[in-house]
Amino acid sequence: MEQNNPMSQPPSQSRFDRPPVIAPGHSFGSITDKISSIVLRKDTPKGWILGFGIAFIFVMMMMYAIAWLLMWGVGVWGLNNPVAWGFDITNFVWWVGIGHAGTLISAILLLLKQEWRTSINRFAEAMTLFAVACAGMFPALHTGRPWFDYWLMPYPNTMALWPQFRSPLVWDVFAISTYGTVSFLFWYVGLIPDLATLRDRTEHKGLKIVYGLLAMGWRGSAKHWFRYETAYLLLAGLATPLVVSVHTVVSFDFATSVIPGWHTTFFPPYFVAGAIFSGFAMVLTLAIPIRKAYGLEDFITMRHIENMAKVMLATGLIVAYAYVMEVFFAWYSGNSYEKFLAFDTRPKGPYWWAFWALWTCNIAIPQLLWFKKMRTTPWILWILSIIVNIGMWLERFVIIVTSLHRDYLPSSWGMYDPTKYEYMLFFGTIGLFVALLFLFIRSLPLISIFEMRTLLPEASVHHKEEH
Amino acid sequence: MADNTRELDLDTFRTRFDQKAERSHWMSLHELGDEESFFASVSEEFPQQAVPLNDGVDRRDFVKLMGSSLALAGLSACTVPQEKIVPYVRQPENMVPGKPLFFATAMTLGGVATGVLVESHMGRPTKIEGNPDHPGSMGATDVFTQASILGLYDPDRAKTVRHLGNITTWTNFLGALGTELKPLKDAAGEGIAILTEHVTSPTLGAQMKTLLAALPKARWHQYEPHGRDNDLEGSRLAFGGAFASTWYAFDKADVVVSIDADFLASGPGSVRYARDFMSKRRVRRGTSSANRLYSIETMPTPTGTAADHRLPLKPSEIEKFAFALGGAFGVGPGASLGSEHDAWLKAVAKDLESSRGRSIVIAGPEQPAAVHALAHAINETLGNTGVTVFHSDPIDAAPAIGRESLRQLSADMAAGKVRVLLMVGVNPVFDAPADFGFAAALDKVPFRASLSLYFDETAELCHWHVPQTHYLESWGDARAFDGTTSIVQPLIAPLYNGRDAHELFAILTDDANMPYDIVRNYWKAQKPGLDFEASWNKWLRDGVIEGTALTPRAMPVALGAIAPSNRSGDVEVSFRPDPAVYDGRFANNAWLQELPKPITKLTWDNAALMSPATATKLGLVGDRGLPGEGNEQNLHLWSRRAPVIEIKHGSRALKVAAWVVPGHPDGAITLHTGYGRTRGGSVASPKEKAKGGGFNAYALRTSDALGYAVTQVVIAEGDYQLACTQLHHVMPDDRDIVRSGTLEEFTKNPALAEVHEGPHSGEMSLYPKWESETGYKWGLAVDTTVCTGCNGCVIACHAENNIAIVGKPQVMMGRELHWMRIDTYYKGSMKSPEFSVNQPLMCQHCENAPCEPVCPVEATSHSTEGLNEMTYNRCVGTRYCANNCPYKVRRFNYFQFADWDTESLKLMRNPDVTVRSRGVMEKCSLCVQRINAARIDAEREGRRIRDGEIRTACQAACPTQAIVFGDVADPNSVVSKLKAEPHSYRVLEEVNTNPRTSYLGAVRNKNKEIAG
Repeated sequence: MEQNNPMSQPPSQSRFDRPPVIAPGHSFGSITDKISSIVLRKDTPKGWILGFGIAFIFVMMMMYAIAWLLMWGVGVWGLNNPVAWGFDITNFVWWVGIGHAGTLISAILLLLKQEWRTSINRFAEAMTLFAVACAGMFPALHTGRPWFDYWLMPYPNTMALWPQFRSPLVWDVFAISTYGTVSFLFWYVGLIPDLATLRDRTEHKGLKIVYGLLAMGWRGSAKHWFRYETAYLLLAGLATPLVVSVHTVVSFDFATSVIPGWHTTFFPPYFVAGAIFSGFAMVLTLAIPIRKAYGLEDFITMRHIENMAKVMLATGLIVAYAYVMEVFFAWYSGNSYEKFLAFDTRPKGPYWWAFWALWTCNIAIPQLLWFKKMRTTPWILWILSIIVNIGMWLERFVIIVTSLHRDYLPSSWGMYDPTKYEYMLFFGTIGLFVALLFLFIRSLPLISIFEMRTLLPEASVHHKEEH
Repeated sequence: MADNTRELDLDTFRTRFDQKAERSHWMSLHELGDEESFFASVSEEFPQQAVPLNDGVDRRDFVKLMGSSLALAGLSACTVPQEKIVPYVRQPENMVPGKPLFFATAMTLGGVATGVLVESHMGRPTKIEGNPDHPGSMGATDVFTQASILGLYDPDRAKTVRHLGNITTWTNFLGALGTELKPLKDAAGEGIAILTEHVTSPTLGAQMKTLLAALPKARWHQYEPHGRDNDLEGSRLAFGGAFASTWYAFDKADVVVSIDADFLASGPGSVRYARDFMSKRRVRRGTSSANRLYSIETMPTPTGTAADHRLPLKPSEIEKFAFALGGAFGVGPGASLGSEHDAWLKAVAKDLESSRGRSIVIAGPEQPAAVHALAHAINETLGNTGVTVFHSDPIDAAPAIGRESLRQLSADMAAGKVRVLLMVGVNPVFDAPADFGFAAALDKVPFRASLSLYFDETAELCHWHVPQTHYLESWGDARAFDGTTSIVQPLIAPLYNGRDAHELFAILTDDANMPYDIVRNYWKAQKPGLDFEASWNKWLRDGVIEGTALTPRAMPVALGAIAPSNRSGDVEVSFRPDPAVYDGRFANNAWLQELPKPITKLTWDNAALMSPATATKLGLVGDRGLPGEGNEQNLHLWSRRAPVIEIKHGSRALKVAAWVVPGHPDGAITLHTGYGRTRGGSVASPKEKAKGGGFNAYALRTSDALGYAVTQVVIAEGDYQLACTQLHHVMPDDRDIVRSGTLEEFTKNPALAEVHEGPHSGEMSLYPKWESETGYKWGLAVDTTVCTGCNGCVIACHAENNIAIVGKPQVMMGRELHWMRIDTYYKGSMKSPEFSVNQPLMCQHCENAPCEPVCPVEATSHSTEGLNEMTYNRCVGTRYCANNCPYKVRRFNYFQFADWDTESLKLMRNPDVTVRSRGVMEKCSLCVQRINAARIDAEREGRRIRDGEIRTACQAACPTQAIVFGDVADPNSVVSKLKAEPHSYRVLEEVNTNPRTSYLGAVRNKNKEIAG
């Protein structure tokens, strides 16, 4: 660090005229106090109870929708013959995409030494985990006989049958389960030093034991730190390809098929960009209110907010390019089915509203991010991020439903009208996601304490030398 | 009987039954009675019933009982009739489990028989096939015949004799009838009236003759809502008062003019006619001539879609056309048609003229007698009579004009002249002409009884109702369209103690014989010189009695004074039997209810069918938009919110949902009858409106307007949901899905390809070519030229493959399970389509099947012989395969659609085909069970499977032989030859699915003198 007076001049301000990654005036102690107090405070804030309560009602609604589904069959949804996938896979892809920002922030930005990631990586990773949990529910429940879902796993069995390895759904099983596992390990390993901090600071005996067990005997010795750094870097290395591979595999569900609108070679990069786009939108959707509610403006600064907005703008442009190219390819290929889809079914067919809403949400509105004012006004950014979330959901809906409802033979064309059970399950998973986040905020440090401390000038070797 | 309180307290139970009647249907008295005291009372009252073991069973007895119960449980299903019935091919002494036997019998519709072979598994009839030896079948069947197997096992059938709605016994009925008849018999039968359908059965005719001889003042009436009245009246008009039956040899006709006759898909002999007609238009390489069909009709029918030229006319104009056509040949008074259709008529007349002796003019059953007479006269003039058109004595046992017969009966009843009315197999309260006031007159009959399959509208108004036997449960005989007689033999003992007409009429004449003996005795008397037992066995085995076809007679035409009826108006409503439920008798048959009707593809309901222009004129379009114009979504919106109109015919009115049909003439509405049932089963008259049930067209149909009525139409309140399975008829121009063209175009460009084929890589693949291990490569070829879209194949597939019914709400959601569908595409504009092409579409069995690699559990895989196979019990139900199927022929069990609980339906199922569970995918298997049965036979005999040995259910049922299955590896097989035809193409070949199913393009033989 070049700044020798951190109290009066934020780091890097002089060079880039950017807000700092940590507000001035903090010490090691104040960071630890501030973050751990959110978890260790004795009284649960009323706002937390209210928020969690509402989310919990949605979880109950989800349980009801699942029970009804298991009782009667997947027919309680509005799926039918041409449109055999609807909300189920739309939601699945949407949730998986949301998870991507967490992995990108924690792994890739770590490897790229983007230290501004530090204050948002923890809850972005938690978000990834919870999003993957929500995502996993849909493919598991959407099958006709969910009690046989385990047949998709390769396991030795008396039927001497393996899954069909050519099927992208089997690739999905591997991709999602790997993703879930690595994300969990990465998140957990990153938590260990902080768990030890909590163990040391809590006064509650029971919690001491719980945090103690979870901290796995962390004492903060140099050896521990050495091992920890190595493991964390390795996991980051493992997680990095997943950012690209998971959504690539998910896109194969569509790209390997023969259905116009699905059968598209550029789906993998398009899906990955879309995933990061939606992931950052979701991180913003969560970070902006959390930072406000818990007074974390010092740790999640404007610099973070603006950086995330920039990533959104960049990935949004990739997505916009993909949308345009999809139409161009349809025209350029001369394939009449593709052309009909791109120029007739999607913009003019019965789901025209979804198509145009998608272009509005994902192409038109994100262009506002070119303006610094928009990137740095939290409430505007928050609304923008929600619009992008909606847009990304619509993208999957348009890809899945409009492609299926009118494919090759006009005689088989149909319509898809989602039922209340699909809405209940979808909003129920949002409830689950929020409920899990509330639990996470209350029980674990939502910002990495020890990594935040490294951001302080005092942590810098040069800083010490100068004193 | 010591305890007086145990006396049968009928009032109490009656009250309880009335309360219970809220339930739609019930299985047994146990469910209805559900009280100990009731059974106690019943067993006291009827001590002949078995005494239940209620105490004193020790352990040993219990084990013995359980053991024998288990052993006998399987036998309860196998109630072979007591009398000796003779299988078609194999002798019955060795009933091999797993090996079906086939028995010949005949099904009648409107009295006219279609010969069938019934597949029987261990005493359970499971599938109907056509009888190749029967002239009315030639091995094929229509939809009604195919679906009749469900009619047999229908759990809603009447199961017990009822008196005033209460359960009683046959003996009680006989007692009551005897008491009632006694004084009337003494008065030579005065006051006795019998109402039946049209009867062709010689035995029943003889029985009636005996009865009427003994009781000369008794009256026998016959009525069919869609009978052959006009044919019979027409013959009287044409032949100087003589009744005659007319039949046709379409295989000898080069030019056919159909005046509102759907002879290819409905009416007596249609199955045979379709075969004969299409034998003249099997367009193959080098074919330069074919027969030509002109169809003049209101509602597009299968015949109309197969026609080379179709002229849509209002009902009143059709009559005029017939007179004008007569005029062109100097027959009848003639008529002027107006300039619009004059050229058309002239061209038709010229074509007929040039095909003297090789043409047919056929009038439809709903056309008035005068048109029939004109058709006979034109045929006579053209020299067709005796060559392509034959007249003979009527096939009816006692020909009667049903309309007049029922009019007489209604008048007699209203006048109080009828003391005892016996109705057999009819439902006049529902289907009598509305102006007869049948139900009101019925009330004046002191003793009225109905013998029918269901407790229907008529049964409800009768004192007594006796369950009738299904034709698969009864003995009898019946004539085909040409008079050929078949013995009807039962396949199974009556499931519900039904009785038949023979038994009832025998009782009236104090004949103690049972139906079996009655029929035998009749035929013994008819054929005295024969070795009767040997002949009888042969008749049963063959399904026909040789030499019983009626001899054509030369009947000189003496056309009396005829004139057009001159009824016409702005909106003419034509009444037609429904293509699925017919006149209403099949309304409780769920297979037929869910069958997408030809052209409209509607299920579960009828509707007021009209042209787009008429709908616009009536102001029905509103915010729905006009289907086919602009937004293609409109048809979907119509199905969700079909407008309701009120049709007024004189003082009568009917509210009915409207539906738009391209090709329907303007200013006319077609209403199919048979819907709007109020009793007769849970399917026929569902309690919930959302489950369908349709609208009762009979409410408008008066005796002076049986064919069509001139009406006023106003928009009514509300809307109605109609379940349609195909909501798009016009395809984007650049899709190469159906190929069609004229014969002239075919000679120039045999491939009939209008569209440049999309980019496709042909056989290019990274993978090695698929080779069959056994050498067989199964494939299918479908000739769309000869497909009429009659739906016979769809129902045959349903019956063969245990396909479940999903119900109207699920069809609305697009979840019907039919393994095959008939796609109908129009050529030309939606307003005035040039013609339409029917494309039966089932699993195409692609060699590069897109469904296979995407299934994560390998539940769908490829057999070495090229079948795309479904392994139901491996299916998890991701539905990825259905998404990835470009033909969208895969069907998913979104719920537990198959009925696993109803006992009678369990007997019906094909034991060789899995009954599917919830959550699994299903689709056409190319009848793999039939392939394997043939394979077993062939392997046992150490030979290859012969070409033609395996026939899929759809192929077997097809009247026009449009579907051919076979080994495509054998270049000499029929299917291979069809695939080598120049106009053979594969649907969506450009997707590189490499399907094993191919289609022959539809060729129409256009008359150059007619534009369009």
